Amino acid sequence: MLRLECPVCGLRDHDEFTYLEDGSITYPKLANENQDDWFNAVYLRENPRGRHIEKWHHTFGCRTVLLVERDTLTHVIGKIKPAHPKIAAALKQPATAKKRS
Amino acid sequence: MARYSAWQILKQGLTGNKSWDPAWRDASPKSSYDVIIIGGGGHGLATAYYLAKNHGIFNVAVIEKGWIGGGNAGRNTTIVRSNYFMEGNTEFYEHSLKLWENLSQELNYNVMFSQRGHLNLFFTPGQRDAMIRKYNIMRLNGIDGELLDRDQLISKVPHLNYSQEARLPILGALYQGRAGTARHDAVNWGFARAASNLGVDIIQNCEVTGFISTGGRLVGVETSCGEIRAEKVGMAVAGSTSLLAHKAGLGRLPIESHKLQAFVSEPIKPFLDSVVVYGVGHGHFYISQSDKGGMVFGGNLDGYNSYAQKGNLPLYSDVASCAMNMMPALGRVKLLRQWAGIMDMSMDGSPFITKTDLDGLYLNAGWCYGGFKATPASGWCFAHTIAHDAPHDVNKLLTLDRYKTGHMLDESGHGPYPKSH
Amino acid sequence: MTGSRFASGGLIDRKKPITFQYDGMPVQGFAGDTIASALMASGHQIVGRSFKYHRPRGINSAGPEESGALFTVGDNANRTPNVKGTIAEIHDGLIVRSQNAFPNVRYDLGAVNSLIAPFLTAGFYYKTFVGPFSGTRFWMIFEYFIRKAAGLGVASRDADPATYDIAHHHCDILVVGAGPSGLWTAVQLAEAGQSVMLVEQDFACGGQLLSRNNARDAAFIAEMQSRLTRAGGQIMIRTTAFGLYDGLVTGLVERVTDHLSAPHESLPREIFHIVRPQQIVLASGALERGLAFGNNDRPGVMLAHAIARYAGRFGVSAGQSCIMATSHDGTYDDALQLAEAGMKICVLDARPCYTDAQEAAKRVGLDIMFETVPVQVAGGRGVAGLEVGMCDSDGLVHSDNRMIGADVIGMSGGYSPVVNLLSHRGVKPVWDADIQAFRSGPTTEAIHVVGSADGFYDNEACLASADVAVSHILRPRRRDAETEIFRGWQTPAMPLFEINIQGRSLKSFIDPQHDVTTADIRQAHSEGFVSVEHMKRYTTLGMATDQGRMGNILGLATMAEARNMPIAESGITTFRPPFTPVSIGVLAGRSSGSDWWPTRRTPMHDAHLATGAVMMDVGYWKRAWYYPQNGETMDEAYIREAAIVRQTVGMVDVSTLGKIAIQGPDATEFLNQIYINAFAKLPVGKARYGIMLRDDGHVMDDGTTWRLSDDEYFMTTTTAQAGPVMLFLEELLQTRMTNLEVHVSSVSDYWAGIAVAGPLARQVLTGALPALDWSNNAFPFMGVQSAELKLGGAVIPFRAARISFSGERAWEIYVPADFGNAVWVHLAEHVALAGGSPYGMESLGTLRIEKGHVTGAELDGRVTLEDAGFAKMASKTKPYIGSVLRKRSGLMDESRPRLVGIFPKEKNKSFGTGAILCEPGAVSGFGKGWVTAVTHSPALGHWIGLGFVSGGYEAWKGKTVMIADPVRGATIEGEIVSPHMFDPDGGRQNG
Repeated sequence: MLRLECPVCGLRDHDEFTYLEDGSITYPKLANENQDDWFNAVYLRENPRGRHIEKWHHTFGCRTVLLVERDTLTHVIGKIKPAHPKIAAALKQPATAKKRS
Repeated sequence: MARYSAWQILKQGLTGNKSWDPAWRDASPKSSYDVIIIGGGGHGLATAYYLAKNHGIFNVAVIEKGWIGGGNAGRNTTIVRSNYFMEGNTEFYEHSLKLWENLSQELNYNVMFSQRGHLNLFFTPGQRDAMIRKYNIMRLNGIDGELLDRDQLISKVPHLNYSQEARLPILGALYQGRAGTARHDAVNWGFARAASNLGVDIIQNCEVTGFISTGGRLVGVETSCGEIRAEKVGMAVAGSTSLLAHKAGLGRLPIESHKLQAFVSEPIKPFLDSVVVYGVGHGHFYISQSDKGGMVFGGNLDGYNSYAQKGNLPLYSDVASCAMNMMPALGRVKLLRQWAGIMDMSMDGSPFITKTDLDGLYLNAGWCYGGFKATPASGWCFAHTIAHDAPHDVNKLLTLDRYKTGHMLDESGHGPYPKSH
Repeated sequence: MTGSRFASGGLIDRKKPITFQYDGMPVQGFAGDTIASALMASGHQIVGRSFKYHRPRGINSAGPEESGALFTVGDNANRTPNVKGTIAEIHDGLIVRSQNAFPNVRYDLGAVNSLIAPFLTAGFYYKTFVGPFSGTRFWMIFEYFIRKAAGLGVASRDADPATYDIAHHHCDILVVGAGPSGLWTAVQLAEAGQSVMLVEQDFACGGQLLSRNNARDAAFIAEMQSRLTRAGGQIMIRTTAFGLYDGLVTGLVERVTDHLSAPHESLPREIFHIVRPQQIVLASGALERGLAFGNNDRPGVMLAHAIARYAGRFGVSAGQSCIMATSHDGTYDDALQLAEAGMKICVLDARPCYTDAQEAAKRVGLDIMFETVPVQVAGGRGVAGLEVGMCDSDGLVHSDNRMIGADVIGMSGGYSPVVNLLSHRGVKPVWDADIQAFRSGPTTEAIHVVGSADGFYDNEACLASADVAVSHILRPRRRDAETEIFRGWQTPAMPLFEINIQGRSLKSFIDPQHDVTTADIRQAHSEGFVSVEHMKRYTTLGMATDQGRMGNILGLATMAEARNMPIAESGITTFRPPFTPVSIGVLAGRSSGSDWWPTRRTPMHDAHLATGAVMMDVGYWKRAWYYPQNGETMDEAYIREAAIVRQTVGMVDVSTLGKIAIQGPDATEFLNQIYINAFAKLPVGKARYGIMLRDDGHVMDDGTTWRLSDDEYFMTTTTAQAGPVMLFLEELLQTRMTNLEVHVSSVSDYWAGIAVAGPLARQVLTGALPALDWSNNAFPFMGVQSAELKLGGAVIPFRAARISFSGERAWEIYVPADFGNAVWVHLAEHVALAGGSPYGMESLGTLRIEKGHVTGAELDGRVTLEDAGFAKMASKTKPYIGSVLRKRSGLMDESRPRLVGIFPKEKNKSFGTGAILCEPGAVSGFGKGWVTAVTHSPALGHWIGLGFVSGGYEAWKGKTVMIADPVRGATIEGEIVSPHMFDPDGGRQNG
């Protein structure tokens, strides 16, 4: 069982979350009409053995999308933060930074 | 090397089984080959065999970083079938099934392919209709497949869960009688032995660490046993494809590595003749009984990128509940062993057997969790592609650039989400 | 061997006799007995048969390493095969049967296999049975008999009636194993304030100490248990830690009722405990391993310590005259204990006499033969004696054919620490030459190995190793200079694995269950299967139900010797979970039968049932399929329902549709980005049909979105895509569209939905929901309005939109879920008064097929806008998700199959969904298209279908299409028509 420290909800089993995809993918701007750019984002993957940034959605929790650093070989979990910069910033405020468990 | 036969067994048995030859020559690398196949799994060994057998290319090495058959070739649940409906897959998997039907004779090695039949259960009318479409396509391509209603299914496998109390009562099944199971290790060893007999060097404990190219053409590989030159190099390293592709300079591929768990129970007396499979909603399950008596079964991927050949608990419960849903007599049968393999999950669930952008480098990858049944045809087609520098008709649609042009082979309809295929 | 019960002694309760059935015979034991101890005490010696040769098997151990004493326990649906008799407790009425033998284990016809054993060596089946002709038929004939002979116990084919549970735990420390090291560690940690769970697979704590049964040990065990409990620790017996996973999450199985003769009905048979500890202490002990010598598989040949354990713990004498063959000091305690109990003991020690333990044993008069090893057991069905040989200083053995008498033989080649759980974490065991065993390698995780699990065999050393672990856990930063604790015995064990005599061919078993001998290993070596994994797979060594506990090391040693390399280099195979076999049932917990999946019921579920609806499964949902009247078949019912909707009015429960509230200043912009069509100009009070693509340009979902105010929308999705769409929207807003100020919430469960459709819908709604003006002017097509309904004293808010899936004049009405049933019943009265009726999923399908409206059957994840006929809806002026990749050349190919309607040529004929559309004369291959939906249309009076065909309607005008359905047997002629088969101008819905 992977155990993910949700910045909102605390340490939880991974089956509360939905694995979304590689979090390092940069999607083109919607207005970008270049097919190759979209092809690269939608179809090609770095697929590293080792450190991997990935998006998880806390589906059976706060429904925050998290960026999780995880080693794909050892499954050791590193830094976890909300994908949305404003949510991440809000959680850093002292008043809300306190973890609930 | 002496052919295997009942006579050989008798002779050896009477003389203490002391003069059996090695099944294959354990070779050391030569300085150069016509073709190097990276990856001593079933696909790599089969490729080497067919290069020699079909194309007369005997100066071939198979390079394996560990022991042959140690990856997915020796970790799968051994199901062989050809129930695919997308052009590109259908004919490929049927070609494979036809090769399976005479593989033991071909290799002089009993791969124990047993055509026990394959039942795909359905629980809703919508599921039935989608499956009938698939099986109609199979029939129109000369592949066997039939619809069994509930009563026909009951007479075939009486101990499935036919209770009306079941959360989803079973309505019937689609059946492919020529499908079945084979002994995975035997396939690996049989191809190794047959290839070795034709002169192929099988080199174990030799890891590829880099690729050598000059003038945009690949000319060899660097390995833990030193540099080895070759005219052509084929990669068949499911699970590690992306890692080697990076080393070869192919860049990012449309592949993610995911892990799939497999399970086997303690041996019990004959309990289930056919392979039984179903997929409904998030439930996915397949089971068969090995000749030793173990119930071999599995389900979904764990659902996140992984190179770890070990499983996690949520999938145990997921798979066990699928087992109990389908066959509640399994409750007291005990799980003996669980393991995991790393799957090359492609973006549409279908594989690649193709040339690459790098001259001299060929790719065999993206098998998702269907690679075992493909073994003979994969080797057969890959050998053809390498020998002719062009695909055979059977694998011409299994290209890397099909996503670019919008020619996906998406049997499940899930789209570019590898974990969903 | 003829076992018997000592007159006294043991931890059994002699005041509580228990009678159980063994192969139909009554057997008596006592409370505290296992099946194995009770059978041994009753003189049963052949209790099993081996897998391949059907050689007789006796009890060979006293724990989970057992490979011989496997039984089928229980009756009928409660029958459990392959139960280890060395673990299972007896209780009154227990039914035990021997297995894998006919007629029984004592006289088994299968033993004939032994005669052809020379031809059944490792891998023989790979080399034959291929047959003289092509195909698989020949092999399958042999396979039939091989399968019948293989397998061990017979599983019941009836549904397992037991219940199972899953329980979840958190704790600071999980201690695995309640031997002296585990107990001592657990007590100290608990007393230091840690929350501790101590699990023990046995039904008593004490581990090794239980074998001795002396007062001092008993007092220690009792004290530890009571101190641990007082300190708040939790002790779980009959609980096996079967696997260790990421995050130190540990799987345990507790056996709850199998040892009870009349368990309370509320108890589950077993519980799957999932523990999330902060740290783990492995005190899982060590397992003795045997020696490979001739006929060492005979009943009566056992692990040496097991003989002592049966005596000490169960008061059972395994035989009268016992030989203990060993290569280390550890066996002397066992031998002395047995001698004291009154057994005739002779120790064969492969070593010369030079250790303190040997001297001490000699002093008390123990009969010891030094530099002597077992060579071959005499006797067929049991032990009649033992041929011994002399072992010289080079390890060479010479036999002078000396026989010594014995009826039981203990063997010990040393102890192997149980490191399986660490192996589950990917920690490779390393060979320790001092103790001649594999120990755990280092781990970076918070797992501490103590006691004999780490090679400490002496009781003092075990406790000292526990102290070190305790100190590491409680004072992680402080690393005291540690005094080295001594592993193994004072004198290192002599490496002794196989007794080999030049020129002699002995049948020396290393996996007695699977009949793997050292000769098989050597054959594997000569055939090139030298990697330990190849060896395992080729010989099946270690793949039996004991998972290699009996013989793995012997096999590895034999291979290492054949390869002329040290064991440390030849390596060891990976231990896989589970540690001991685990019921499939307990892993599923309660998720089986009717509880396999959640069941979602709409608020109107009861009303449907009351109306006689037949329900169907749609994902997790139960939906009304059709409402048969007067014994109608499904076809009769749906055709009637569909006709009523076209003639008067019908109502259908649409609560399962996904509903998403989209709010915020950028809500409009958000919709513009996710839908292919423009939403910017949608006025408040209007709804719009929208289509969403995936990034790859295929259709993801469709639905209507209602503008409730400037910055608030109400989106509906299909039932199947409700979850995925919600997730996708959240993902977009939190990752790729973070500049948008929009909030999305799923309100699917908040609103119950009812569609009212038909020429009389307006009349019904005007009567039933009088708060609104339902006239065409006040409530035009795609209009949205909200109001309230006063019903039985309640004021019920509702929202309505004039949208139509049936093609009739229709509205969707949404009310808070709590009022769904009441409003449904209220509307149903008005519908009935107008001559209408509720309609179900089947007639919903008919109505939408007639209109050419798509559902999941068409939008199967591979369909483009062009395929489904939506291309004209796509905005050309704005980008949206999927707008780029949908234009890939292959997806824009004009010859792709396009949505069409299908009529049979002969109007009285029907056809089936999933049929393939082909050109006449070319009914083969992949055809030109397929059928996605078929219904009998009451409006058109014949069967019609929807489907996709290459080029679409335009390309097939006036041509014949073959509707091929080989799976169901029929191919008929058809014609391709526009998918809008009924009321193509939409006059009925707009009027």
